[in-house]
Amino acid sequence: MSGGVEIPVRVVDVEQATETVKRFRLAPLSGEALPPFSAGAHVVVTMDDHGRRIRNPYSLIDRAEDGSSYRIGVLRVPNSRGGSKFMHENVKAGDRLVITMPVNLFPIVRTGRKHLLVAGGIGVTPIYAMANELKRRSAPYEIHYAMRNEASGAFIDELRAAHGDKLKLYRDDMQEFVSVSEILPNQPLGTHLYVCGPEGMIEAILKGGREAGWPEENLHCERFLAPTGGEPFSVVLQRAGITAEVRSDQSLLEAIEEAGVDAPFLCRGGACGQCETTVVSCDGELDHKDHYLTEEEHASGKKIMICVSRLKGRELVLDL
Amino acid sequence: MTIQFKSETFRDDFTFSNSPEAIRRFPFPFDKDEYMYAVNIEQHMPGPIKSPYEFPIDIDEHYVAEMRDRALVLKEDPLRCQSLPHMLTAEWDLVELLMESMAKNYPEHFELTREGDAWHWINRPLGIDQKFTFGDTSTLPYPPMEYITRQCQGDFCLCDQRNDDLWMDAGIVTTQADWSLDFDVGMSFKEWHGPVPLAHDIGVFDRALKFLLNLQQGRPVRRLNWTMTINPRLDTSPENYHKWGIDRTTVTPENVGNKVHLRVELQALWRLPRSNAIVFSIRAYLIKMEELVTIPKWGRRFHRVLRDLRPELADYKGLTRFRQMTVDYLAKHDDGAPTSPGFFPD
Amino acid sequence: MLVSDIKSRPVYKGLTVDDAARRHLVAAEGEGALAVLEAFGDAPEAWSRMTLLYTPGGSAPANHAEALQARAPDAFHLHPTRQTLMTRLRALLDTATMGTRLYATGVEGFIGQVVAAGIEHGVDHFSIRTEHRGSLARRVQCVHCKGFMDDVTVSPVTCAHCGVPLLVRDHYSRRLAAFQGVSIDAECPGDVPAAEEIFK
Repeated sequence: MSGGVEIPVRVVDVEQATETVKRFRLAPLSGEALPPFSAGAHVVVTMDDHGRRIRNPYSLIDRAEDGSSYRIGVLRVPNSRGGSKFMHENVKAGDRLVITMPVNLFPIVRTGRKHLLVAGGIGVTPIYAMANELKRRSAPYEIHYAMRNEASGAFIDELRAAHGDKLKLYRDDMQEFVSVSEILPNQPLGTHLYVCGPEGMIEAILKGGREAGWPEENLHCERFLAPTGGEPFSVVLQRAGITAEVRSDQSLLEAIEEAGVDAPFLCRGGACGQCETTVVSCDGELDHKDHYLTEEEHASGKKIMICVSRLKGRELVLDL
Repeated sequence: MTIQFKSETFRDDFTFSNSPEAIRRFPFPFDKDEYMYAVNIEQHMPGPIKSPYEFPIDIDEHYVAEMRDRALVLKEDPLRCQSLPHMLTAEWDLVELLMESMAKNYPEHFELTREGDAWHWINRPLGIDQKFTFGDTSTLPYPPMEYITRQCQGDFCLCDQRNDDLWMDAGIVTTQADWSLDFDVGMSFKEWHGPVPLAHDIGVFDRALKFLLNLQQGRPVRRLNWTMTINPRLDTSPENYHKWGIDRTTVTPENVGNKVHLRVELQALWRLPRSNAIVFSIRAYLIKMEELVTIPKWGRRFHRVLRDLRPELADYKGLTRFRQMTVDYLAKHDDGAPTSPGFFPD
Repeated sequence: MLVSDIKSRPVYKGLTVDDAARRHLVAAEGEGALAVLEAFGDAPEAWSRMTLLYTPGGSAPANHAEALQARAPDAFHLHPTRQTLMTRLRALLDTATMGTRLYATGVEGFIGQVVAAGIEHGVDHFSIRTEHRGSLARRVQCVHCKGFMDDVTVSPVTCAHCGVPLLVRDHYSRRLAAFQGVSIDAECPGDVPAAEEIFK
């Protein structure tokens, strides 16, 4: 429960959108309407893989008007610790899952005058919801959607139908790339830019924005990190008096949960700060992967975001 | 459970008073015999039956009279209700939260029917029957926040979340402890708390802000705050301070029990779904000293709290002129006996 | 730098030049001219991308306008009053594009009005570069009648609009670009302490 209110859902539809992307429609078991959400929000999905609990965050694509379902999009990741693989291989219509209440770490800036939405690959899922919300509000916006090739663009048809010529596509195989020098000039004062996609793309777009003289306050990105595996190590939860092994295919947070300790979390992607934990001691190097702590905090060795970061060493002692 | 709404005033002849039941359910804010700022935030979970925490939104015997007083304040000064243009979605979120909660928990007084966006709201105590389209401002007689908060006890502020901060970008504030919405609209969390002494230095606002930025939908929180007011006046605004400030000089040993009120704010915060904004509700409860001392534990405890309060806090809360007289009055109701832990009467 | 423990008062961090900006939109008042001269120095390429609005205020005798003009900003608007400067600034903001960096320097009341105009045009106030120069005079709003007074140097001060004697509180509103004035004798009518010149 440390991730907030949980909602048991049933998968009512699975759609193979592209070779590597599936869309899942989730309906509440209770029959009560799912709450509305603000564009950019995600839910954490809990999967039960034969007793092994996997939790992954996925951006919400949309909500049925009557609240009867949410949709999420899942990319199959080759070196997944199991979450996206499980969703792709095991989850069928009729199956049960548990989701958290929506949490938004990538909101539209409501004071903005215009909004540039830039998506790469599966990063389109929050952008999709944002575009719909902006359209509903009659706010000015543009969508710039990059993909490997047209066949891998999981949301082209729906976006084109809803947004017409506000949508611009960039296909790698046709040598089309999002060029900041083309999309950034001449935007009116008060325009905000939002980018979600591969890390390299995010960096390039943000860098381009800064070089074009855009203030930091107008540049926004979502860097959800799927926690990667790594070398196994031991974790000692000092207050609970528990020692657990962190396997190479699980995150520190997952190992702590498996040991029966309820640690706080919200995004499970290194962004929100909720799982910040005090390091009592460690006999190796902390492998920080989050975007929340400052460089100084990383260097201090006193804090760790347990959802994505690990230890390169033998034993980590936490104040939990 | 039907509430008997009282006919009473919060100005001019000040006929406000609490029934014995209202006294027993008063949200007494001290669980110890002393007071200092703390991040006293807890989950806004349903509390004991008949307590002000039983339901997310508390409606009590003062409802009708408070709504009349709010209408008078707004008529005199429309700036008490303001909303920056980007807060409209949050306003609608608030309409949903308040109507749903009031209709669910007080079905004999309020009724809400929803067919998609076609909503039908009935408010029996105020004689309102309104059909409207959710999301369409032109179907209500007031903007959405103003419409519903003219029908709900407590002040409300809507906070937009951006740049890792909360910005008070809308609100309706007519029952405040001496702060001006008109002045504070657009401020960040720490800016609008700027005048509060001591608490900044002990990091109270840093911790509270960090906590609230991650406030989750479906997990509201609450805290209590308090001050004291002379006469049961809800509208102790800075705007009208030059009119009510003089009240503080009218306390005498003869009238202290009737004139001096403990004013408790039940503050609750919700994450709103469509807007990702946070609504901050500030519900004021008033109790006269002579009503308070009918609960012996509270009389003893408040005597000790007020007697030992740090002078900076007494000044900030505006208690200095009548504090000693109130302490003297309460001393007669404090036999020195130990008090039991917790807020509730013995 | 103006150092203050007033929590609601903005921090004026100084006019650092944003080299990436396509356009420097600079609003300066009085001694703020010196901040502009110091910050932009003699880098001609920065001045060539600058639209500069200046009102001398009390600094007219020092003739900073001439010094500013000598650096050849791309556009230079000299204004007789703050009000005329603000009118021009708003017109420029109406058509400005992203890549424009807004700067404000001078007395606090002036900076506040420039920042408020920026916010009205969708500029995040954190992105506006500001430097305080000149006196510590405050712009004050009477909380009772909502009237504004510029260049207040004393507290208490009598409201020029409604006549209520006001204590100038250490509480600042960015939206109003003003400190708050509250009745000082509400609890003791007529008992108003002598005005002290504390915002020099």
